[in-house]
Amino acid sequence: MTTLFASLRIALRALLVNKMRSALTMLGIIIGVGAVIAMIAVGSGAKKRIADQIASMGSNILIVVSGSSTSGGLRVGAGTVPTLTVEDSKAILSEIPGVRSVAPHLSGIAQVIYGNQNWSTVIYGTIPELLEIREWSLNSGRSFIQQDLDGAGKVCILGKTVADNLFGGIDPIGQIVRIKKVPFTVIGVLNPKGQSTWGTDQDDTVFVPLSTAQKRLFGQKFPGMVRVITVQAREPEVMKTVEDQITDLLRQRHRIQPGQDNDFSVRNLTEVASSAEESAKVMSLLLGAIASISLIVGGIGIMNIMLVSVTERTREIGIRIAVGAKGKDILLQFLIESLVLSLVGGILGIGVGIAGTLILSSFTQWPTLFSVQAILLAFLFSGSVGVFFGFYPARKASLLNPIEALRYE
Amino acid sequence: MLNQKIKYSMDPLIQVRDLVKVYHLGEVEVQALLGISLSIERGEFVAIMGASGSGKSTFMNILGFLDRPTRGQYLLDGIEGEHLSRDELAEIRNEKIGFVFQGFNLLNRTSAIENVQLPLIYAQLPSKKRKEMAEKALSAVGLKERSHHHPAQLSGGEQQRVAIARALVNQPSILLADEPTGNLDSKTSGEIMAIFKRLNQEMGITIVMITHEQDIAAYGKRKILFKDGKVVEDHNSAL
Repeated sequence: MTTLFASLRIALRALLVNKMRSALTMLGIIIGVGAVIAMIAVGSGAKKRIADQIASMGSNILIVVSGSSTSGGLRVGAGTVPTLTVEDSKAILSEIPGVRSVAPHLSGIAQVIYGNQNWSTVIYGTIPELLEIREWSLNSGRSFIQQDLDGAGKVCILGKTVADNLFGGIDPIGQIVRIKKVPFTVIGVLNPKGQSTWGTDQDDTVFVPLSTAQKRLFGQKFPGMVRVITVQAREPEVMKTVEDQITDLLRQRHRIQPGQDNDFSVRNLTEVASSAEESAKVMSLLLGAIASISLIVGGIGIMNIMLVSVTERTREIGIRIAVGAKGKDILLQFLIESLVLSLVGGILGIGVGIAGTLILSSFTQWPTLFSVQAILLAFLFSGSVGVFFGFYPARKASLLNPIEALRYE
Repeated sequence: MLNQKIKYSMDPLIQVRDLVKVYHLGEVEVQALLGISLSIERGEFVAIMGASGSGKSTFMNILGFLDRPTRGQYLLDGIEGEHLSRDELAEIRNEKIGFVFQGFNLLNRTSAIENVQLPLIYAQLPSKKRKEMAEKALSAVGLKERSHHHPAQLSGGEQQRVAIARALVNQPSILLADEPTGNLDSKTSGEIMAIFKRLNQEMGITIVMITHEQDIAAYGKRKILFKDGKVVEDHNSAL
């Protein structure tokens, strides 16, 4: 203990004598650790944003999209012609045990008018289950009730963006808006949901009852049809099974012969999100590789300067060995010196990393997230760089021949 | 640990028998010592003389457990270094041997008292005890009031006195001095030798000193002359 404390004092003194040299040596570690901190902050910020977006879509979601129908040699792409029905969605819910909830919907772009304000947006005709699946709550007002759904009620729920643009500061509840010349009473306003994974504003939307959309807005050409059915599975493990069962069920219901193409497609949204997550991971790995390289370069810098230091202080080492320093005393002295170099560099690097990340995110608006574990990890990593790269010079010092060391000029 | 190895405490402090040291400098074989046999009693003040290359420094290094003999036997206080590890030799040097060098060999950026404490750090003594002992050793060489000066702020004679204090601080069995006045003027040399003489007479410290100056050697009670790796003269004026 006594020797450890004495070694620490000796190391600090030796480093303070060559302030400029110590600072330059630390620079490699400072940059390396700073990069690690920034990398983890940016990486976990991106990961968190993706996780939030996945959560905003709701969990365990499958989307069944209608389309690709072939009629009389005319082939039509997915989603353009509704081939799904409300009955399909009911069958999915009742016949596939892994399904928790379904929500058929029909959508289209239309202009919404309030007074002298207008706003073009996506109108969804759906049932309240869609909002439940997407875990989307109302900010004010109420959701659709059975009466609205059965009677094609002329009511609507506004997304935050639409409400803000049409109404400004006024409370929209109870006001009348017109969509395709049909007057609708605003019964609710949704909480904001932010950007989707592919960058669209999810709040720029209006919901109306499915029956209303079918009868009064978009469904006149294809009565009773829906474009999309959103399906929520009970748990992530059954997603694949449910996907296959939906395909089988719908092929059967649509009487599609073996060998014929589906007139619908089933998409797994979690997969889309996880591929986004995958690319964020690759980004993190890349930054991590850069950070590790600069830490290694920093470590080599420490090793280099420690070797110089050992050579410069050969005589001092000789004196110490002559008066009774053992190998481990000398080893410890130089190891502590490189450890102090790398740890001080590490602490400064953490500061630089945090400052750099804050500056970066203020310029680029990237989401960033600091974690105590990452900072601790960077600190420990810089320490181990010091020990690893300091060991060889320290060992070299501890093995010096005292006679030669004392004679060294 | 070391005490158990002391077999003959009433025997001479230093016993050397047929000591041979051969260096290999590449192809060339240098015979530094060619069979030295002598013994030194406790309380002696020995001056070793000889031309450069006579083997006196090699002999001193072996006495100080800084080097190992090629052949022959060397016992210090009954301890034989032959089979001891590097670290065990360091421990013996720390406990039993005090070195004084021609070039003082102080640590530059540390104060006098910290220099003196150096052997005590490696003896793992607590800092309070270290300070006490270092102060005592500095008083013994008359430098107590300069204990916080750095070597650069001290004269050559003062630096050598700090080095002597460092050699003494662990109360070693023997003080080995290699040309201790080699870098000093004659007046300062006289002062240093006066300290050696006093340490030997009043505190009974055994001193072995290398010098090539007759008047410095005259302070010793016994003179040993080395030539070509052999002892050619051994004159004890105390007898």
